[in-house]
Amino acid sequence: MFMRFIYKFSSPPYFYSISGKMLPWLTALFFLLLGYGLYGGLVTAPADYQQGDSFRIIYVHVPAAWMSMFIYVVMAISGGIGLVWRIKLAEIVSISSASIGASFTFLALVTGSLWGKPMWGAWWVWDARLTSELVLLFLYLGVIGLYNGIEDKRTASRAVAILALVGVVNIPIIHYSVEWWNTLHQGATVTKLDKPSIHIDMLIPLLVMAGAFKVYYAIALLLRCRNELLEREPNGKWIDELLEKVK
Amino acid sequence: MKSIKQKRLTLILLMVAGIAIATFFGLRAFNDNLMYFFSATDVIEGKAPKDHLFRLGGMVVKGSVVRQPSGLTVRFVLTDMAKEVTVEYTGILPDLFREGQGIVANGKLDANGVFIAQEVLAKHDENYMPPEVAGSMKNKPAETQK
Repeated sequence: MFMRFIYKFSSPPYFYSISGKMLPWLTALFFLLLGYGLYGGLVTAPADYQQGDSFRIIYVHVPAAWMSMFIYVVMAISGGIGLVWRIKLAEIVSISSASIGASFTFLALVTGSLWGKPMWGAWWVWDARLTSELVLLFLYLGVIGLYNGIEDKRTASRAVAILALVGVVNIPIIHYSVEWWNTLHQGATVTKLDKPSIHIDMLIPLLVMAGAFKVYYAIALLLRCRNELLEREPNGKWIDELLEKVK
Repeated sequence: MKSIKQKRLTLILLMVAGIAIATFFGLRAFNDNLMYFFSATDVIEGKAPKDHLFRLGGMVVKGSVVRQPSGLTVRFVLTDMAKEVTVEYTGILPDLFREGQGIVANGKLDANGVFIAQEVLAKHDENYMPPEVAGSMKNKPAETQK
């Protein structure tokens, strides 16, 4: 049942038409969440008792860091699906995620650095959390580089999937780095079994921003996948049929 | 009779499991090197290096910060709730430096067991709350964190 759905959804013509219908709704949802999240985070959330207004960078930094790990897992799993079942769309989802994930990782590192200077007193320290996040950025760059280095895109997808799966081991390291080792970076605030140690008025905009980032990823991913599909199958029959309809 | 897909799936799962185990042992072997700082207990017990720079982390003991009348030299005591180490630092402290706050200092022990810091970084905790909430928590000592 599930596999039947996967096979149907992953047929290029079906995916192309349904993603086209989803995009306007996702875009509307994205702006709604982003607007509410930014207003909540920058205006209505109270200032922090220690960090004052500087803590508000959390509304970009934390969702970006979450996305950097989430997208990596999506990339690795869809790469794995592509390896096992040889579904073309899974390969495309995998490689299309790479550059979006790399951007979020870069954003998390830059906002973290901007936050670190005034609060810690350093732009960068080599503690376990920061270093493992930097390794994640290099993994993404490695995936992108490897994919572009191999001419045949189906072979490239398989090679990239293996690299992505190997790198998955870094994801739990990033998450637990602040617990396993002494780090300058503080421990988890929201993603722990305990009650989140952040005031509820500050937490809600944070979760809304995280939702906005997720929807943004969905939009960017669908757009990239559609382009990649057209590029890989420029002579596909379904594209001709699509063009007929447009005329 | 296994299908080719099942074989591929098993291979991939084996590969991921193998790498996870290898990484686990690798990280355990380098555990001490991955620690960003030593605690006060490590220093008292002599685990910290004697002859070169290392980082010392802990909480600034309340009421221990003494500024010299002239210059930028500050003396304070760092604790990990078990042992204490005196730290001396000359320079500008980060904004978040205050008593009862976690910090990480980079420096060396002198002959008297005083840690001479060359750099002081503030370590903020994972709690975020408005000032009013923080104020009301201070009035109820039972709920205050150590």
